[in-house]
Amino acid sequence: MENIKGLTKVDLIFEKISPKEVLTKAYSMKSEEIIQQILDSGLKGRGGAGFPTGLKWKYAAAGKDSEKYIVCNADEGEPGTFKDREILDRVSYKVYGGMAIASRAIGAKKGIVYLRGEYRFLLPQLMKELESFHNMIDEIGYDFRIRYCMGSGAYICGEESALFESIQGDRGEPRNKPPYPTTSGVFYKPTSINNVETLVTVVMIIKHGAEKYNLLGTKDSRGSKVFSISGDTPTPGIFELELGMTVQQFVNEFGDGDTKAVQVGGASGFCVPRKKFNETIIGFEGVPTGGSMKLFNSSRSMYNVLHNYLDFFAEESCGQCTPCRVGCQQLLKGVEKVKKGDVKSTYLNELVKLADTMKVASKCGLGQSVGNAFRTIVENFREEIIY
Amino acid sequence: MVNLNINDQFVSVPEGTTVLAAAQKLKINIPTLCNHPDLCVAGNCRVCVVEQKGARTLIAACATPVSEGMDIHTNTLKVRNARKHIVELLLSEHKSDCTKCYKNTKCELQALANEFAFGDTIFLDIVEDHPYSIDISSPAFIKDDSKCIRCQRCVRTCSELQYISAITVANKGSHQKISSFHDRPMSHVVCTACGQCVTRCPTGALVEKTSIDQVWDAIYDADKHVVVQTAPAVRVALGEDLGYDPGERVTGKMVTALKQLGFDSVLDTDFSADLTIMEEGTELLTRLKKVLVDGDKKTRIPMFTSCSPGWIKFVEHKYPEYLSNLSTCKSPQQMFGALAKTYFAKKRKLDPSKIVSVSVMPCTAKKFEADRPEMRASGYKDIDFVITTRELAVMIKQAGIDFRVLKPSQYDSIMGDSTGAGVIFGATGGVMEAALRTAYEIVTGKEVPFNNLNITPVRGMDGIKEAKIKIEGCTDEWKFLEGVELKVAIAHGLTNANNIMKLVKKGKASYHFIEIMACPGGCIGGGGQPIPTSMEIRENRIKAIYSEDEHMALRKSHENPEIIALYKDFLGKPNSLKAHELLHTHYVEREHY
Repeated sequence: MENIKGLTKVDLIFEKISPKEVLTKAYSMKSEEIIQQILDSGLKGRGGAGFPTGLKWKYAAAGKDSEKYIVCNADEGEPGTFKDREILDRVSYKVYGGMAIASRAIGAKKGIVYLRGEYRFLLPQLMKELESFHNMIDEIGYDFRIRYCMGSGAYICGEESALFESIQGDRGEPRNKPPYPTTSGVFYKPTSINNVETLVTVVMIIKHGAEKYNLLGTKDSRGSKVFSISGDTPTPGIFELELGMTVQQFVNEFGDGDTKAVQVGGASGFCVPRKKFNETIIGFEGVPTGGSMKLFNSSRSMYNVLHNYLDFFAEESCGQCTPCRVGCQQLLKGVEKVKKGDVKSTYLNELVKLADTMKVASKCGLGQSVGNAFRTIVENFREEIIY
Repeated sequence: MVNLNINDQFVSVPEGTTVLAAAQKLKINIPTLCNHPDLCVAGNCRVCVVEQKGARTLIAACATPVSEGMDIHTNTLKVRNARKHIVELLLSEHKSDCTKCYKNTKCELQALANEFAFGDTIFLDIVEDHPYSIDISSPAFIKDDSKCIRCQRCVRTCSELQYISAITVANKGSHQKISSFHDRPMSHVVCTACGQCVTRCPTGALVEKTSIDQVWDAIYDADKHVVVQTAPAVRVALGEDLGYDPGERVTGKMVTALKQLGFDSVLDTDFSADLTIMEEGTELLTRLKKVLVDGDKKTRIPMFTSCSPGWIKFVEHKYPEYLSNLSTCKSPQQMFGALAKTYFAKKRKLDPSKIVSVSVMPCTAKKFEADRPEMRASGYKDIDFVITTRELAVMIKQAGIDFRVLKPSQYDSIMGDSTGAGVIFGATGGVMEAALRTAYEIVTGKEVPFNNLNITPVRGMDGIKEAKIKIEGCTDEWKFLEGVELKVAIAHGLTNANNIMKLVKKGKASYHFIEIMACPGGCIGGGGQPIPTSMEIRENRIKAIYSEDEHMALRKSHENPEIIALYKDFLGKPNSLKAHELLHTHYVEREHY
């Protein structure tokens, strides 16, 4: 497996830098040059979905509208993810810097940070830092302003189009796509919406150059990534690691010696059982993640884990589309009935089929990814669900 | 043009067309549920998912615009499995007591279930998992959440077409429901009772509050004289529920059917529509005189029509500062009601306490209007029961009447005569046209200067219409209006009404008279009309209305002989004291949420 790089700790995201230097450099670059750098870096969105950032900017830059937006998705809501909070707390100037660079790339003058409601406590500090950031970019010559918009606790508002609706003051429900945000985003203007970590990574790519950045990671998963590690581990917390390690290598470092499963990518991610640790790469060639890594040891009931996720989804679906709204409830009630013995264990097969329908027929990424955890937990821990 | 293939058939459609519309062009049927021709695309029920070659997921045909070279398949195994699952999921959250449901056989979910989800379902019933409520507080309709499938047609109707948003989406996930401000009962929110949501609800979650049984009881009560009146718009739509295509005029058959049902007097709201014109036209001219000649600061123009109870309630909720701009005239239904238990009773030598007054309306807000405390001018409840066009169709079916073979017959007298001016009340712009036909002639002694009395500028389906008529050759009494250019506007659907009100509020609307109907297309598109509705259906009904007008011997309200007799024998003059007592009313300010 040529893609396996081993586990290497990296210090890129939290590295102390002079933002003025990087932003001055970016200001001297043309829009196409910035976009080319990001394309060359191979950077994929760090929120979890992994859309190539350079490509997103290219589309947004092509938008004809004179009014465009950069939106920073700081609605970090995936269960088990807490890296964006740390990034905002420690290096918010790099987040703002990434937004400023994006604004040069796509031709936007307005930026909005959509901050998770539960992170309101960070706001006074962030606002103060924003003020000095604005002063700094004024000196360089950027015509760009950032403002904050607070979320109110709904998981669905992390979905980009629901997030736009929320900013606009409407109910946070995902939109039909197409049109995509790069054509019609917040206030129906061309918008590039990027995750907190993506924006910080952009700053570091501009600082170091795409070529150097390319040395990190694998062909499909370039660079490094901040992981939020929790669960049965002696060392929970935030770690920046180079992409391209196997789950086994990860567990060797962070496990407690009794790890039976790792949930990669949070509730909407995949459950990797011990027998597949060796063959599974963490990254876009294997299991992608927005950063959430939850370790479970043999004391954990995977039924409880699954039930917890389904309960979460049944609660956090926006309720708009049928497969997600009703499907989540059916999956939840279904596994409860299987556990109680009210229905035959083969009912799980029907539920897996339902999860597959949700994957292809739901309106947005939420409903489409409920099946990830469901399928991987049911397939690998079937006996724990039934007995 | 964009080229694509659907089920291996080539089609070329303009950019922006949806996959659904492209398929319809090829006569390929893709089932839909949340989609409605009057409303914005929602794409949330997912019943219309189809497979696009190369796409990761299925796509919603209603919500996806075509793109060049698309290869769409509407009937693959993947599609069929997903569609079956989706319909079954909807059924699992829907209380399927179909045989007892008012919408049985008329339910769109039921139709889908017939196609895709017959036999056993694998899914668990989750209806009882949620506390649901059945809201019977509105006099117009019942909202039964146990039958709601969250398609949000009602929500979109209420916000897009009516600019009210009395019903909105509340909560998320499994708790998501269609609710009102702070979950208040429908009687205590800004709901105008227009019933547009009822005509677009695919299931039995929103249905009119029916008075069918009460009407039958009255009919069977030998002690009672049951009077029925039929609104102008009913006669051009009733046929749709009885096997005819939209736009069929069934006036004569309807009268026969009503007689066969056992109503003692079958009379016409068109009569009181003519009366409304006399009262409202006079009121308008009086207002103009007060404003233009007397300089009276208390009298307000523009004057708004007051025939549409949904519109009245809209003003009461949203623009209470404009209540005095509303004509004080009661609606034709209520004028009729006030006269039925006074004038009619006297003439026909009936005890008014023994009269049961029933109206057949294209409208659900009429049920609310009849219940208003102001509507008891006769000393009794002026209108006892209001049934919708749909309810009348049900009664006709219940009575075993074969509607198609009925011979037409004439309305009874008195209060059964009408003119074409009364008929066109059913279409947007109709009240305006009828009023102009009469007012112009009162003022000038001449007919309105339009070919064959057809005032075409006020007709048509534009959301807001404007017209100007220069008044020339006034009689001595109306000399002050000589040379005045009378400016009028017409809006239908409350979103359009709101747009006009915004102009009025900004002082940017220099109209003298504004006609507003709460429902799209006017009464022919009312909340009590046959389901389904669409622009095409409403246009057909309107065509029928104007054709009905053309076929009338008399086409100006003031020429109605029964109206002339009414004033001579009973009311005196238009806007007389007696007319005010019986035919005029006042309005109240209501909460705006």
